[in-house]
Amino acid sequence: MTDKQDLGALGEKAAAEYLESLGYQILIRNWRCRFGEVDIIAAEGNQTVFVEVKTRSGSGFGHPFEAITAAKVRSMRKTAGAYCSEHKTAPSIRLDAIAVYLRGGQTSIEHLKQVFR
Amino acid sequence: MIVAKSYGVSLLGLAGTPIEIEAEISSNLPNFVLVGLPDASLTEAKDRVRSATNNSGFTLPARRITVNLSPASVPKHGSGFDLAIAVAVLTASGQLNPKSVADAVHLGELALDGSLRPIAGVLPSLLAAKKAGFSRAIVPQQNLTEALLVNDMHIIGVSSLAEVANLHGANVSVPASKNKGLVKVETVSTHPSPKVDVSDVIGQGVAIHALTVAAAGGHHLLMVGPPGAGKTMLAERLPTLLPDLEVEQALENTAIHSIVAGHNRNWAGVDELLVRPPFEAPHHTSSVAALVGGGMGLPRPGLISFANNGVLFLDEAPEFAQPILEALRQPLESGEVLINRSAGSARFPARFQLVLAANPCPCGKGQSTKGDCNCTPQQKVRYAAKLSGPLLDRIDIRLVIQPASAAEIAISKDNQESGMNSEKLRELVSQARLRSSARLAGTPWRLNSQVPGPYLRRQMNVEKAMRVKLDRKLELGELSMRGYDRCLRLAWTLADLSGEERPNDQHISQALYLRGQDNPMELTCPT
Repeated sequence: MTDKQDLGALGEKAAAEYLESLGYQILIRNWRCRFGEVDIIAAEGNQTVFVEVKTRSGSGFGHPFEAITAAKVRSMRKTAGAYCSEHKTAPSIRLDAIAVYLRGGQTSIEHLKQVFR
Repeated sequence: MIVAKSYGVSLLGLAGTPIEIEAEISSNLPNFVLVGLPDASLTEAKDRVRSATNNSGFTLPARRITVNLSPASVPKHGSGFDLAIAVAVLTASGQLNPKSVADAVHLGELALDGSLRPIAGVLPSLLAAKKAGFSRAIVPQQNLTEALLVNDMHIIGVSSLAEVANLHGANVSVPASKNKGLVKVETVSTHPSPKVDVSDVIGQGVAIHALTVAAAGGHHLLMVGPPGAGKTMLAERLPTLLPDLEVEQALENTAIHSIVAGHNRNWAGVDELLVRPPFEAPHHTSSVAALVGGGMGLPRPGLISFANNGVLFLDEAPEFAQPILEALRQPLESGEVLINRSAGSARFPARFQLVLAANPCPCGKGQSTKGDCNCTPQQKVRYAAKLSGPLLDRIDIRLVIQPASAAEIAISKDNQESGMNSEKLRELVSQARLRSSARLAGTPWRLNSQVPGPYLRRQMNVEKAMRVKLDRKLELGELSMRGYDRCLRLAWTLADLSGEERPNDQHISQALYLRGQDNPMELTCPT
């Protein structure tokens, strides 16, 4: 794996641990279909949560959230729809975004809920 | 949910509407949304605001920022909202004191480095803000002189976003102002050149008298004469006879200059109150839009509005395209012009004094005693017909000018010693205007030329014995009813000039002479 993919995997792992610590139940990671990929799918109460994780090791390329484009959000919605039709899911769904900073062993996490446009 | 407010002003023509700018930062993916009918240059504000705030020592939150310009139905344009938007966004993100921000009107365009650039239309914007009850305004440093023309408002000139932020409770370092020398705001000079004076004119005593009458009563003037007789010279000296503008008029004129960046080489605002009456002399190839007003999308005032409260001089009047001359008729009557464009319609003041100059015929020798005019009668008729009856009808003084003769030139040397100059005549004009405005106190009119016919005949009657000559002309059909009224107006101005209580028979005779022929061009041509 490339360094970039390593960093992404590390970030997603950190994000999953963070969600679990909040009481979310991780259903699946890196679920993909023909519309795209969702990093984490989790359940919180009666909601299914689709999470996009962005990881950065510095701030040279802007805020991690700024890297989530409108196209990515569109594909997430389609992917979420595909997931729901394949699986029996909770009545409501939510799209979240998580930014992970990994710097010198330090991890900091920012969580945005309900990022529909 | 955090919502912050700031205020700006949207201008359409000279009419300003205070605009409330709301900024909200919501927990969503980073985005900057600007809603509320912004035009292209205003939509670009979001990029300028983002860069300017970053370069002024602030960080915008990586969240969705929504900015709404309200009332949402008023079209907004231009870059003057940049500062207000930046301030609203910074307040929404908790970096400025909301109370202090909502208290003031913010005007100015932002540069990417956070410095402020001057905008057009500061004066009318602030007048609108003041009317809406604002007592505090923050404007770009380079617009400060213009902004200070507005009384009873606390106006602060600033040169960067950081400086504004510090006024509202932030504590960021203010960069040394770099753009101070960048824009050279030149002084608009509508002052007639000091070299221009009535005493320059040789002879032409009657014409100078006519100019004085025109100045005193605000009468429109037509001069017909051969090339070189001094028509242009005389017209250029008319503004030197006009007294300074009153404060309201001066503000009106300055506001017109303020909204049009680029007029008189002054690309952003004005830096003094224009107290002298303007003099505009468009070339005869000008378009209707240039004269009356036009603009792409947005209404833009034309030269007749720049000549507001002053003189509009059309040299070689018959050379102007017919539609231009006819387009002047309506503003001549109403003193304002309504310009409709896709972005809206605006009313601009256009209370100008019209001065026309014309040759008697295409070759220009029509009046010469030598009879060397070689125009055909048809050419002459066609030339004279360019000035239509309805237009000529609105002109009170129609004067035939002959070149100064050798005798006049000799006499004029004595004249110069007797010292007839613009300053003395201007004094006479001021006194005459004082008399007419005192008489017209309580009416919407100030000058004799503005008084409508019915009022003239009812309230400003002239004794029957004095107007025998005038009544006789009317009976003979040599004078129309409208011409009758115009002579009466001229007679009142003549009476005001000579300091008499009311016109006497001499004033009536003089008025008849100044009023001239119904078609001065045709009749002066011996065919």
